[in-house]
Formats: sequence, C-alpha cells, structure tokens
Amino acid sequence: MTTPALQLQDVACTFVSKDDPRQRYTAVKGVTLTVGAGEFVSVVGPTGCGKSTLLNVAAGLLQPSTGRVQVFGQPLAGINTRAGYMFQAESLMPWRTALANVMAGLEFRGVAAAEARAQAEEWLRRVGLGGFGDRYPHQLSGGMRKRTSLAQTLALDPDIILMDEPFSALDIQTRQLMENEVLDLWAKKRKAVLFITHDLDEAIAMSDRVVIMSAGPAARLIGEFNIDIARPRDVAEVKMTPRFVELHAAIWAQLREEVLKGYAQQLKVA
Amino acid sequence: MKSPRKLWPWQASLLVAIFVFWHLMTTPGLLPNFMFDNDRQASFFFGEPVKIMARIWAWFVTDADIYRHLLVTLTETLLAFGIGSALGLGAGLWLALSPVASGILEPYIKAANSMPRIILAPIFSVWFGLGIASKVALGVTLVFFIVFFNVYQGVKEVSPVVLANARMLGAGPKQLLRHVYLPSATSWVFSSLHTSVGLAFVGAVVGEYLGSSQGVGYLILQAEGTFDINTVMAGILVLTAFALVLDAAVGKVEKRLMKWQPKAGETERL
Repeated sequence: MTTPALQLQDVACTFVSKDDPRQRYTAVKGVTLTVGAGEFVSVVGPTGCGKSTLLNVAAGLLQPSTGRVQVFGQPLAGINTRAGYMFQAESLMPWRTALANVMAGLEFRGVAAAEARAQAEEWLRRVGLGGFGDRYPHQLSGGMRKRTSLAQTLALDPDIILMDEPFSALDIQTRQLMENEVLDLWAKKRKAVLFITHDLDEAIAMSDRVVIMSAGPAARLIGEFNIDIARPRDVAEVKMTPRFVELHAAIWAQLREEVLKGYAQQLKVA
Repeated sequence: MKSPRKLWPWQASLLVAIFVFWHLMTTPGLLPNFMFDNDRQASFFFGEPVKIMARIWAWFVTDADIYRHLLVTLTETLLAFGIGSALGLGAGLWLALSPVASGILEPYIKAANSMPRIILAPIFSVWFGLGIASKVALGVTLVFFIVFFNVYQGVKEVSPVVLANARMLGAGPKQLLRHVYLPSATSWVFSSLHTSVGLAFVGAVVGEYLGSSQGVGYLILQAEGTFDINTVMAGILVLTAFALVLDAAVGKVEKRLMKWQPKAGETERL
C-alpha cells in the first residue's frame, strides 16, 4: 500500500488543570494507529477512555503532549486541512440556514458564492434534504441536523473523514439509515475514515478494521480485528451473518473487561 | 393566561379609570376640599388631565411645534444608540478575544460601570456644549456598557464545538470573527436591544433636562421653571408614549433579524 492517510505514532495526551498545575490527567498514552488511504477504521472503547481526544489529535485541534502525527506522510502542524470532522455534539452554526451551513466550508476556502451554492445544494440533495436548504438548524429534526453536518463535512471532499460518535444521539431507525448512507457515500469515494463509537455493532458493521481502546486514564490500544465481511453491506442485515456474530463475540470478550474497568473507575470518582 | 386580545378592554378601562380619578380629584370646585385648604392646590400639584390633553393637542395639532423637539430627542437617542452599540461591539469583541487586554482593563471597566454615569452630564455639557453632542455622549456612556457586557458574554459563550467545526471547515482567524464570533455576539446585542434603546432615550432626555435649547426634556425644564405642572405632565406623557413606540419598533427589528433563534413553543408549519 502507498503512504497511509493518517499515522499516529506513540501519541500521549496529558491535560493540566488551569487552576492547579499539579492536577494532571493523562487521557491517552502510547497510541500508535495507522489509517490507510481509503480504509474505514473504527475505534471502540469504554466511555471516557479518550477516544475523542485521539480524534482531536488527528484533526489538529489538539496538540499531543508527545508523539507524532503524520498526514499522507507529512507531519501535521496546526489544523489538519485534509480532514473533515463530524462532531458528536451539535456543530452547525445556528445563525445560518442548512444551505448556508453546507456552503460555509467552501466559502471559507474561497470558492465563488454561486459555485459554492450549487455544490451545497447538490450535497443537500444527496443526503436527502433537497427541499430543506432554507431552514435554520432549530427548525430541523436531530436526524436532519446530522445529515446537514454530514453534507457540510463531505462538501469539502476531504481525503480523511473523522467521525466522533456521529449518530449516537439518533434513534435506532434513523441511525441505521444514516449508517447505510455513510457507507454508500464512502463506497463511492473511498476516503480514509476514522470512526469513533462506543457501539460495537456499528463498528463491526461499517469498518474494515476495528481497534479497541483500554479504559482510561492513560488509555492505549489493546487489540485490533480485521473485519473480513464482504461489501457492500447493509448494516441491519450484516448483523445476522455468522461471521458478524463470531467477530462480535471475539471483540466483546476483549472489550468487556475494559468496559467493566472503566465503569468501576467512574463509580470510584463519583 | 388569557390572550392579549381579550385583556385589552380591561387594560383600556383601567387607563380611563385612572384619568377619571385624576380628573375628579384635581378639578377645582368639583369635590369639596378634604386634603388642601384651597381648592386650586390639588391642580397646582398634580395638574389637570383635561388641560394636559389640551396641551398635547396644541403641541401636535394646533400649534404643531413639538415635532422639532421630538426630532431632536429622537436624533440624540438614535445617535447614542448607534455609537454606543458600535463602540460596545468593538470593545467587547476585542477584550473577549484578547485575554491580556481584558486582564489589564478589567478593574477599570468594573469601576467605569459602577460609576453613576448620569453625573457626567454636566461635564459633557462643558466639553461638548449645549447642543446634541453632549446628550449623545451621555447616552453613549449608558449604552456602551450594556452592549459591551453582552458582546463579551456572547463571545465567551460561543459553543466550542461550533468553533472547532468552523476551524475544521477551514475558517481563518478573520473568518472566525466574521462568521462565528460576530453573529454569536450580535445575538446577545439584540437580546439587550430593548434595554439599550431605553437607556439611549434616558440619556437624551436627562441630558436635555440638565441644559439644552431644544428637545422634549428642554420643554419640561422650561415648564418647570414657571410651575406649569400641566405642561410638565404633558411632556412626561409624550415621552412615555414615545418610549413605547420606540420599544415596539425595536421589537419589530428584533423579530426580523433574529429569525434563526428558536422560540419557545414554536411549531413547524409544513
């Protein structure tokens, strides 16, 4: 394979409390992760293990305390301009309409307004929101807002797509629809995807490779599974196949311990 | 609660009742004296509604000489509002985005805000003369802090996710200011619009009252000099009505500009 799209080498992130410099928290430590060009990689792990931290490092929003980040062989400095980031929380600008939100990235990059508008309209249609361009985010349902976010991210045609539990706030039906849509769009463009989730089903159904993170603090990667299920997949149907069940059992065996550890830690803090 | 439509007859009759009571209590010779030894004293202290209305009628219709004064007061109000808002917006953005500057200036801003700024009016008269400039200056000092604190708050409360998203979409510092901080801050400015327009109006009238040659505040001051209580009351009524009109106008503007903000209980019409 050619140069990987994204490479994290021995990344550690330690947060220091602003009020009290003695209070430190190491979220992740010694993480080495490679995402090939066109590869769909999921990271699963117990809640609070630093999955989002890892994604922020990959996006360039967060400087790792130690370690290196490389994007297509180049060391990353500042924002990762080749990546699109789909956030877990609401990230649309509430003062812009859906269309204007999708246009935003193109506008920031200096695409002419008419051209940006045409592209944004095309993307809204592609995520099934053709007639909703003039709505403000608060006038859209949660699922529609996620679709808008997806269009906003993909409109820039990034080479790397970072997704942070993008569908965790959605109901199960909408979620499956969105997952299939993302898979369809991904299959057409074959971008590198780093997908964060706590939902093992989702991770297996969508990915080429699933990576397991240990419970925090100082979370690291503790396992890796290749998902050798044929594509194209339907996220609902693939869950019935024997290979899926097998993989699920194997990954869960490893993950369960960490989930219990993470849970115990949260109880201790509370 | 009942709808406002059903309540307005009650509101109107309350107003009529107040005026009838006022009329009965103050008209000389209508009721036997029980408070004052002279039956002209009540009208001397409290004015007579009929004469007040006659005064207002003369101002607006027969003499038509109040428009000049109203125009002056309105000009002062709008100038004070415009300049104060612009300065407050600029200063708020600057200080919110520059921690060092805000750290240094914080005690001074606190001091300037807690100072009873109305007391500056005589100084402004000396500095800027008796024309509209001194009234505008007074209004500006009142409006500035309201807008300043709201903008400051608005910038501080920009959702970090929206901010990170805009950065990932390729927004540079200037674009962040223009497309994220500014819209967020203006929403806070508009939420304080009623207060700041009201204060601009207060600044204008108080400034006129303390020394001027035109404006509604000047009319009141003149009438007070000759113990013409009816004209004073008429001036107060005109100012009140005027303030209500201004407030309604602000409400209209707010509704148009803030349509992206969700309102409680708003349902979707499809």
